[in-house]
Amino acid sequence: MSVSARLAVRDLAKHYGGVQALRGVTLHVDAGEVLGLVGDNGAGKSTLLKILSGAAFPSSGQVLLDGQPTHFGSPAVARDAGVATVYQDLALAGQRDVVANFFLGREKLAGNWFARRIGWLDGKAMAAHTVSELARLRTRIPDVHQASRDLSGGQRQALAIARAAAWTSKVLLLDEPTSALGVEQQQQVLDLIRRVRDKGIAVLLVSHQMPDVLRVCDRAVVLRLGLVAATLTGNDLTSENLIGYITGAMAGGDR
Amino acid sequence: MAVTRTQQETESGPAVRGLLVRGHGLVRDLWIGGVLVALIIGFSIGSPYFLTRANWLNTSSTATEVLLLAVGETFVICSAGIDLSVGAVLGFAGTAGAWVMATAFPGASGAAVGPIIVGFAAAIAAGGAFGLVNGFLVAWAGIPPFVVTLGTLGIATGFGYLLNNGQEISAIPASVATFGNTNLGGWLPVPVLITAVITIWCGLLLAKTRFGAYALSIGDSREAVIRAGINYRRYLLAIYTLSGLLAGVAAVLVMARLGAGSPDSGATDNLNAIAAVVIGGASLFGGRGTIVGSVIGTGIIAVMLTGLVLVNVPPFWQEVAVGAILIAAVYIDQLRHRKAGTK
Repeated sequence: MSVSARLAVRDLAKHYGGVQALRGVTLHVDAGEVLGLVGDNGAGKSTLLKILSGAAFPSSGQVLLDGQPTHFGSPAVARDAGVATVYQDLALAGQRDVVANFFLGREKLAGNWFARRIGWLDGKAMAAHTVSELARLRTRIPDVHQASRDLSGGQRQALAIARAAAWTSKVLLLDEPTSALGVEQQQQVLDLIRRVRDKGIAVLLVSHQMPDVLRVCDRAVVLRLGLVAATLTGNDLTSENLIGYITGAMAGGDR
Repeated sequence: MAVTRTQQETESGPAVRGLLVRGHGLVRDLWIGGVLVALIIGFSIGSPYFLTRANWLNTSSTATEVLLLAVGETFVICSAGIDLSVGAVLGFAGTAGAWVMATAFPGASGAAVGPIIVGFAAAIAAGGAFGLVNGFLVAWAGIPPFVVTLGTLGIATGFGYLLNNGQEISAIPASVATFGNTNLGGWLPVPVLITAVITIWCGLLLAKTRFGAYALSIGDSREAVIRAGINYRRYLLAIYTLSGLLAGVAAVLVMARLGAGSPDSGATDNLNAIAAVVIGGASLFGGRGTIVGSVIGTGIIAVMLTGLVLVNVPPFWQEVAVGAILIAAVYIDQLRHRKAGTK
């Protein structure tokens, strides 16, 4: 395991009553890297994601952020520590415009004392910032005053990822970002993930879509029955290997 | 070829659609504003007394209490809630204010300022207290707003009657009524001025500040707001408290107009206020609504109330007409959304 890992977990275990969701998982993701996390239903992906985003607590084991043992007591703590999560439901407010969603919870207030006191929004600056951030990640959203529910599925996903990436400095956790999208939109979201990675953010991508994992991930960890079945990289990162380890047809420790 | 066309569509399609959807709120305000203008023109033709000073004073003072309640209700409805208690709270707050003046300053002279300030503050505080209770029960106890405010509707009504055995309290300084019936320049009653200032302020609060943005976002997707790390409970508490405080202010203005505090004074305002907000384009499912819309909605209700009397229609038809407009406004709104392909 690399010492410089941005985010790492060590011997992470989690049980719900008698059910062992995670039985001692060790993995890491570096800055500027996309790590795929795959596995069948019940393999422990969701539990791991919940722990990393602060929505659940491990029964034992450690989470390390920049090498420091960390306890994310809540999603807000994780977020403030620089770990952002985009869940499948995206958490967008449909009737609110792109700007309002982009800045939700981090609104920019106008400059003077009185304006700050009453919470007067600096709408122009917020719109301009949204446009420039979306442009920087080359996200195709032509009108930032559109209601978010009037965007296409791919645009909504892009907005949610761009928002998370804009406000996080360290780690981005993505849960099935391409599952509900058409082919072209999938491609755009994968491109966006690469650009987020190129900003130096560590990206953890949970996905069922093997082609996506092969296209965008630098490494992939296969979870099976709460354990790491394999870590695949380079020439080993193939569809056959992924599926083999996911189903248990291939077995063994880290390779 | 095919690829080029698809790209053009993705680039120009959403932009055009965005303009239409963005214009939606404006178009709706214009449409419902048109109904108000049509009503005013219709009544002016129907009665020579409609466009007169006397009718303006009558209509505007009727509108003030409904408008203040509707303004508070707009925030509540935008947050996907409902406040059924505002009318009852108005009645209780006015009676409580009068009771404080009559009890604490039994022999106050007609021009006394101290008792009036105390009485008005008591009325507004009583409204705010009910708002706090509503907000606390909705935000922290997690009880549905409909249930909470239906409960406090009953509680406020009962308390109002308990204060003076169901009777109004009129032993208050005469200057209260003087204040409430002062017209600036003959055309601008003080209550109307106060209501206008509060309404403009609340319009900016909803449209331009973080508080308003959160009220709308909470109503649109509470989950999104929670995930964004916003303490939505605090904002819900503030929203219901604002609604209660405005009911208290409305109580002061009604008390000042009548020169007495009456527990029944808000009984019919409740549903009128909610109807005004919904006619004005706010969604009962939350996330959408403007103060401008609620002002127009209130205007339609108030004009209907005074206009029908002037054209010799029994005033009871006003309630029928408001009910019909309410249903029509929501139906037309739904049609429009279905056309735009959204919910």
